[in-house]
Amino acid sequence: MDLIAFPPPPDTDVEELRAEVRAFLAEELATRRPQDRSRSWSGFDAEFSRKVGQRGWIGMTWPKRYGGHERSALERYVVLEEMLAAGAPVAAHWFADRQSGPLLLKVGTEEQRRSILPRITAGECFFCIGMSEPDSGSDLAAVRTRAVPVDGGFIVNGTKLWTTYAHHAHYMILFCRTGSADERHGGTSQFLVDLKTPGITIRPIADLAGEHHFNEVVFEDVFLPATSLLGQLGDGWNQVVGELAFERSGPERFLSSFTLLVELVRALGPSPSDHAAAAVGRLTAHLLVLRRLSRSVAGMLQMGENPALQASLVKDLGAIFEQEIPDIARQLVDAEPSQQSTRDFCAVLAHTILNVPSFSLRGGTREILRGIIARGLGLR
Amino acid sequence: MVSDTSQILVDTATRLFEEQFTARQRVTAESGQWLDAQWQAVEDMGLPLALVPEEAGGFGLPVVEALDLIRLVGAFAVPLPLAETMLANRILANAGLELPGGPLTLAPVRPEDRLTLVRRDGGWLLSGTAHRVPWGRVAATVVLARCDDPCDDAGQDGQSFAALVPAGQAGTAPDVNLANEPRDSLRFETLLPAESVAPSPGIAPAELHALGAAVRSIAMAGALGRVLAMTTAYANERSQFGRPIGKFQAIQQHLAVLAGQAAAARAAGDIAAEAVAQGGALLPIAAAKLRCGEAAGVAAAIAHQVHGAMGFTHEHSLHFFTKRLWSWRDEFGGEGEWGRLIGREVARAGADGLWPLVTAA
Repeated sequence: MDLIAFPPPPDTDVEELRAEVRAFLAEELATRRPQDRSRSWSGFDAEFSRKVGQRGWIGMTWPKRYGGHERSALERYVVLEEMLAAGAPVAAHWFADRQSGPLLLKVGTEEQRRSILPRITAGECFFCIGMSEPDSGSDLAAVRTRAVPVDGGFIVNGTKLWTTYAHHAHYMILFCRTGSADERHGGTSQFLVDLKTPGITIRPIADLAGEHHFNEVVFEDVFLPATSLLGQLGDGWNQVVGELAFERSGPERFLSSFTLLVELVRALGPSPSDHAAAAVGRLTAHLLVLRRLSRSVAGMLQMGENPALQASLVKDLGAIFEQEIPDIARQLVDAEPSQQSTRDFCAVLAHTILNVPSFSLRGGTREILRGIIARGLGLR
Repeated sequence: MVSDTSQILVDTATRLFEEQFTARQRVTAESGQWLDAQWQAVEDMGLPLALVPEEAGGFGLPVVEALDLIRLVGAFAVPLPLAETMLANRILANAGLELPGGPLTLAPVRPEDRLTLVRRDGGWLLSGTAHRVPWGRVAATVVLARCDDPCDDAGQDGQSFAALVPAGQAGTAPDVNLANEPRDSLRFETLLPAESVAPSPGIAPAELHALGAAVRSIAMAGALGRVLAMTTAYANERSQFGRPIGKFQAIQQHLAVLAGQAAAARAAGDIAAEAVAQGGALLPIAAAKLRCGEAAGVAAAIAHQVHGAMGFTHEHSLHFFTKRLWSWRDEFGGEGEWGRLIGREVARAGADGLWPLVTAA
């Protein structure tokens, strides 16, 4: 009967850990303003990430021999959601913790794991994701950046685009073509790229708010040693698809606007009108259910399943929720959005409005996700 | 992990429902006839006792697993008061009253309806009107009422009592929901023997309202799962412009949204079931009812859009499910009522209490 299963998340006792994380965040973020908290997982602070690493909250599920802590996926989930709910600046370690580290664990060589993973868990080694290109957005298989085998390694030429925080990252996981362009999926591979390698140029791309998160990363005759190949030559597509389940189902897929919901509740005060109470109640109900779905996927990942379809559903529903919060908030509180405002609500509203368009683009557009869901239903 | 007993129960119930509840039976029920043979089959299998503890004659199933039967009630549009009877038996057992067998219902289902009990002639007099009682015309009613007497014994003034009122003992004004399921007003001025009334620890009318909301949420999740399956199958079968309509991206995107709503409702139903099992915490049940109700509207609209004119006919089975969804979303409180309740609780917790409220729910 049910076309798509979402099993109940494992019943893990996490309250002690949750209290620890809350106490840590209360101290570390005591002076962080709401408009800064509203940056959510775009907030970058290398020093903060180092402290998180020292607490043992990066690479939590990874083996101890690589600097990990061998904790459960649900324990990791608690740390993530507490960080996001508090508006902590997690961007520096986020991508490595979420997908690059797990990818290295899965397909990396022993040398790659030993040299990189302990530095990630220490909060000292940051990653960016080299997937999109100028002519390859949703159509990832159309990438044109190419690695050509040469003596001792590969020569890479091409351009990656929308590479978040490449300007702060130490490494990129590069997805590029290594075979002929005819075999769309088969001819691709992944590489572990040290961004200090000669021939790599990183140029900023300002977003519509004028902020610098994105970059263009140009590869000009970049020599990568053979040891930088990640996983099997020609297996890039399968490896990337596996990564995406991790990328699409986490709490960052529905908590990006959470700071605005918090400020909305603050602005409405202790006695909201019936109308306002119903609207906030509705958003809270959606949040409870999204969290349940997302934790269910975390449980499936922990069991070693590949819930790519469920992850797409979480991200699609989560983006709708994140995007409607500013529309609802501005109808309940009379305020004009302004990033310069000294009124927290106005500043957070402004920041959120300027960022929500990206929520249904990054990590797979709404249309791509719905295509994946339709395939899961047996329609394609 | 689902226990073996539960899996057997769910599998057997699924087979029974598949066999007993065809479109023809649903049409018969919609015309106002009571499906006696079908009810007997359901009762012979013991399903009405699924929520009753073992010591009171039930199966002793984990509550969450027993509530899975109610998901099947939704998935098969079972035109019988099985969900109501399961809950009513649980309330009777909780009060230590005898389980009478046969179909049961519950009253009051609306928070504004007040029913009262006073002692009279060694028994009790039940008074008041309960509106839109499910299946009130055919089922015996388990009533939750306040004792209006200065009930001096054991200081029970104001306590909630459960009372069993046999079918036909109330003035009945018949009404129906959109699926023609009976939703009758019952006017009580009824003398009850002492042994039909007992204190109802932990379950007052407010808790009954929440239990009803939980049960309707779970049933909606089941109906939405069915609507998704029917709509997907139809999109693969129906051809236009030389190919199945499910091959068109516009239809695929619709169905993906429908799948998201069905998934959210399923998760919400699970949340509600766990809340009932853990003693009936209000916030998760409120969230579940709201979310399922919202999913019902979005999903039914898409299902009809994809089914086109075929799905708008009485002959096609889609309406058995969509009419129930359009009804159930407003029974035991709609999105407005539950949203206001959650919103006020959030306001009480305050901005900085919102997240702790979410993680504790």
